[in-house]
Amino acid sequence: MSGHPEGRAEQGGGLLEIRDLMVVFDGFKAIDGVDLTVGEGELRFLIGPNGAGKTTLIDVITGLTRPTSGTVTFAGASLAGRKEHQIVRLGIGRTFQTSVVFEELSVLENLDLAASFRRPLPSLLRRRRGVAAEVAAALETIGLQDLADRPAGILSHGQRQWLEIGMLIAQGPRLLLLDEPVAGMSKDERERTGELLTEIARDHTVIVIEHDMEFLRRYASTVTVLHEGSVLVEGDVAAVQADPRVQEVYLGRKKEEAA
Amino acid sequence: MSALTRGRALLTGRYRGHVLFASVALLLLAIAPAALDPFRLGLLAKYLCFAIAALGIGLAWGQGGMMTLGQGVFFGLGGYSMGMYLKLNDAGAEGLPDFMVWSGVEELPALWEPFRSPFFALAMVVVLPVAVASVLGLLVFRQRVRGAYFAILSQALAAAFVIWLVGQQGLTGGTNGLTNFYDVFGMDPEDESAQRAFYFTVVAVLGALYLLARQLVRSRFGRLLVAIRDGEDRVRFLGYNPATVKTVTFAVSAAMAGIAGALYVPVVGIISPALLGVVPSIELLVAVAIGGRFSLAGAVLGGVLMNWAHTSLSENWPEGWTYLQGGLFILVIMLAPKGIAGLARQAGDLLARRRSAGAPAAPPAPVKEEVAV
Repeated sequence: MSGHPEGRAEQGGGLLEIRDLMVVFDGFKAIDGVDLTVGEGELRFLIGPNGAGKTTLIDVITGLTRPTSGTVTFAGASLAGRKEHQIVRLGIGRTFQTSVVFEELSVLENLDLAASFRRPLPSLLRRRRGVAAEVAAALETIGLQDLADRPAGILSHGQRQWLEIGMLIAQGPRLLLLDEPVAGMSKDERERTGELLTEIARDHTVIVIEHDMEFLRRYASTVTVLHEGSVLVEGDVAAVQADPRVQEVYLGRKKEEAA
Repeated sequence: MSALTRGRALLTGRYRGHVLFASVALLLLAIAPAALDPFRLGLLAKYLCFAIAALGIGLAWGQGGMMTLGQGVFFGLGGYSMGMYLKLNDAGAEGLPDFMVWSGVEELPALWEPFRSPFFALAMVVVLPVAVASVLGLLVFRQRVRGAYFAILSQALAAAFVIWLVGQQGLTGGTNGLTNFYDVFGMDPEDESAQRAFYFTVVAVLGALYLLARQLVRSRFGRLLVAIRDGEDRVRFLGYNPATVKTVTFAVSAAMAGIAGALYVPVVGIISPALLGVVPSIELLVAVAIGGRFSLAGAVLGGVLMNWAHTSLSENWPEGWTYLQGGLFILVIMLAPKGIAGLARQAGDLLARRRSAGAPAAPPAPVKEEVAV
């Protein structure tokens, strides 16, 4: 249950607390009693074989999927019954496995739209004048300054993922959820994404779903392994990798899948 | 030669939109009134009324992705508001509108009473469409109904509205609608000078609404609308509620249709169910598709062109018109999904490229994606 080994002790609770979470789709238990605590400022990797429930977990946190039972608490507030956009307004941002940027808008406009989400509707009726500070900062972080005025439709796969991450950080969220940020990326792009992740993790709480073991070894500190809808192991990378249960369910199965 | 280059620069450079707007304004305000006889000018005014409604469709469908097949309802709400006032004005303080007398109605229905006031009637031209669109929008968009389902729903609304209008002979004038107006704000609508005044009013309103729509499209709100059109779910995860944005846009587009309907009444002299049903609503949408739905100017152009073609062709070749309209629609969908405006833009860009190729010293034109002119 509680008492995970991270030792972010004093307040007892984390920024995100998930208790006894259960998600059942037509009798299939996608999530089967997950407990998860992520503390403020943490960079947490979430791994597990296909169907382990990683994306479902993120879907529940962000309001896309309603849990069958259990609670999700963010910064002390329950997320139950809140709509997607309301959860974003609490400070939780996410990306998707297949990145969705607005292709007809420029890179800058994509970022600006993300950054403007707290503006009241009437103030949106004015034209954008200049570039807001948080937009400029996000643009610099993701390194797409040269493409700022180009339509996002021309971006490569990697650049789209970075733009999506930039759109998240432009919103000043308290928790970022990244769903397989390096999937389908080239080696250089993975490296660049890793650096980006390290930079973002310095002043954000981040949860990353990732399949890529090399990426995990290089950039992860704390890892939670999901298996068949429940938490199998949680700990630092080395410990998790050494755990025979993880090797059996995750690495073993991965080899079979690759074959 | 330099004059030619400069001329080309005006047509392809960043002032392209301004030049185009000024040229069209000149054409409509000075050239057309001088060149056209009163009958043709009246027809042009009628096409421009449809262009106002088309502008609203361009906003809702082209920018916001809401394929509305029920704009006739809003056109009708505006038209009937105006028509009811004009009928009461003609009937005098004690009298009843003529069609009520013929239908044996003896007392003015309560629904009609407030329309004695021109201010109330003019307010209703906008308020009724906005109210209906807002209620429908909130119900439908909150339930995440979109695409074809929304189109069918809006179409059903148009069908129901027409059935109701036709069924209430004593209240609405039934199939005949409201017609025979003798006094429009102190003018005789048959009078040539009155027709000119109506024409200039329509042009002024179209110009103002076009600028308003353009401002909306270029604002953050407009960017958000395009984002919702292309990725509604993603927008939700940026912290916006797409239902609100879509409802506001749908209401604005309904208001435009209402204003178009209200202007149509004095210009043409009638408002009837035949103008509002499923078929006219679809025809207007087809016009916007052919003109170019992603461009506000394209929507306006489509509204004018297709109604002009409709009137001129159906005079001489009534059955041919339907085939031509259907054929054009298929051609546009298959070959030029951005319509005439898209083709014009491609031609303009080609010109710009040739210009920069011809003069290598000039810096290449920046590639600036403008969604709407």
